[in-house]
Amino acid sequence: MEKKNGFLTELILNNPVFGLYLGICSALGITTALDNAVGMGIAVIIILTISNIVVSLIAPITPDEIHIPVYIVVIATLVTIVGLLMQAFMPSLYSTLGAFVDLIVVNCIILGRAEAYASSHNVKDSIRDGLMMGLAYTFAILAMSLIRQILGTGVLSLSNPLTQQTIFSLRLLPAGYEIPVLTSQTGAFLTFACLAAAVAAYKNSIDEKEAAAAKEAAKKAAADKAAKAKEAAAKAAAAKAAAAKAAAEKSSVKEGA
Amino acid sequence: MTIGSLFTILIGGMLINNIILARFIGMCPFMGVSTKLSSAVGMGIAVIFVVFGASVMSYLLYYFVLVPLNITYMRLISFILLIASFVQFVEMFIKKTSPSLYKSLGIYLPLITTNCAVLYVAIDNITQKYNLIETMVNSIGVPAGFMLVLVIFATIRERLSGNDVPKAFQGNPIAFVVAAIMAIAFGAFAGLV
Repeated sequence: MEKKNGFLTELILNNPVFGLYLGICSALGITTALDNAVGMGIAVIIILTISNIVVSLIAPITPDEIHIPVYIVVIATLVTIVGLLMQAFMPSLYSTLGAFVDLIVVNCIILGRAEAYASSHNVKDSIRDGLMMGLAYTFAILAMSLIRQILGTGVLSLSNPLTQQTIFSLRLLPAGYEIPVLTSQTGAFLTFACLAAAVAAYKNSIDEKEAAAAKEAAKKAAADKAAKAKEAAAKAAAAKAAAAKAAAEKSSVKEGA
Repeated sequence: MTIGSLFTILIGGMLINNIILARFIGMCPFMGVSTKLSSAVGMGIAVIFVVFGASVMSYLLYYFVLVPLNITYMRLISFILLIASFVQFVEMFIKKTSPSLYKSLGIYLPLITTNCAVLYVAIDNITQKYNLIETMVNSIGVPAGFMLVLVIFATIRERLSGNDVPKAFQGNPIAFVVAAIMAIAFGAFAGLV
């Protein structure tokens, strides 16, 4: 990928959720509160990184015809382990996320990265890719849940998933000014539409800038070329003139002789 | 269990807890194949068929294999393998028996493996502790609701494609705005049962 872009730009522009529309189910379903988004994001980062490691290790010995079922079994095993751990240590988070924990199996981002990246790269690159993609996904659902929770309930709060103690709770909007529709299903779709449009607008502006820069560069190159051609022509003319002069001198010398 | 309770499950799965607009499951095909009405209908039929078959088989697998062996924690792995192989089998079967049906449905079948709706309905039947008949009713109601919303959405999107939409909203973002408005409409079903 383009290394010249900053970390944040890459996170926004190559975002699997807003850019490629992968893994939208959970991005819409669980983003009513910050707690859910943090829990889901951590679960996805862990599963995605480990699945990338395992897939990059077993890819060379997996027969080509059955590679998708094999990857799915790897992912399903990891999801089962994470689900059981979550059920044991964070029962309240597990029950609010509900079916979406199991549905991480069919989250297109994980199978997509296994198929498109980890199966053809070494372990180190795969770990980096897994962390990057997991972070981008977490970034997207955090943005969704921040908007929906702050505007929808007016209160921003985060609690420790292990002990269920509130870490902080801030009222950012005065009571009566919140927009409850944002916590409903409609709000999920609307928030997603606005964020996706914002990302698209950002992308468009960058594309336009790049197109303008490319045009400028092309213009400059053309101008350079023209200048060079002119120079060359001038040089050639000068050389010709010199040659003619030399010839004339020669002939005059000859004549003199 | 009466006819009334079965009807409640059917309407509940189809309209009230609509899988797309109320539960946000199956979004990928919802966005992917909803640009044309004909493909939406094809996808809808394929999903009803696969969800029904896969859910009934998952039910049998769970209660006749996993529960007696006391390995219910293998639920997820066994279900996803079952769904993947079932879809593969259906694809081969249709290809052999009815080439014309394969031509119209075939391209949607591989996509269904990664459709979370199939896995969701299979797991939902187990967590709701439905019996076999309730499982069958639920496995028809939920994908029927999926098809209903998909077809409505596709007709709206066909009209939308000719309209002047702000550049940033073109494509998928405006489709999400449409979905938001549809979610308001479907919210009215909440008091039905």
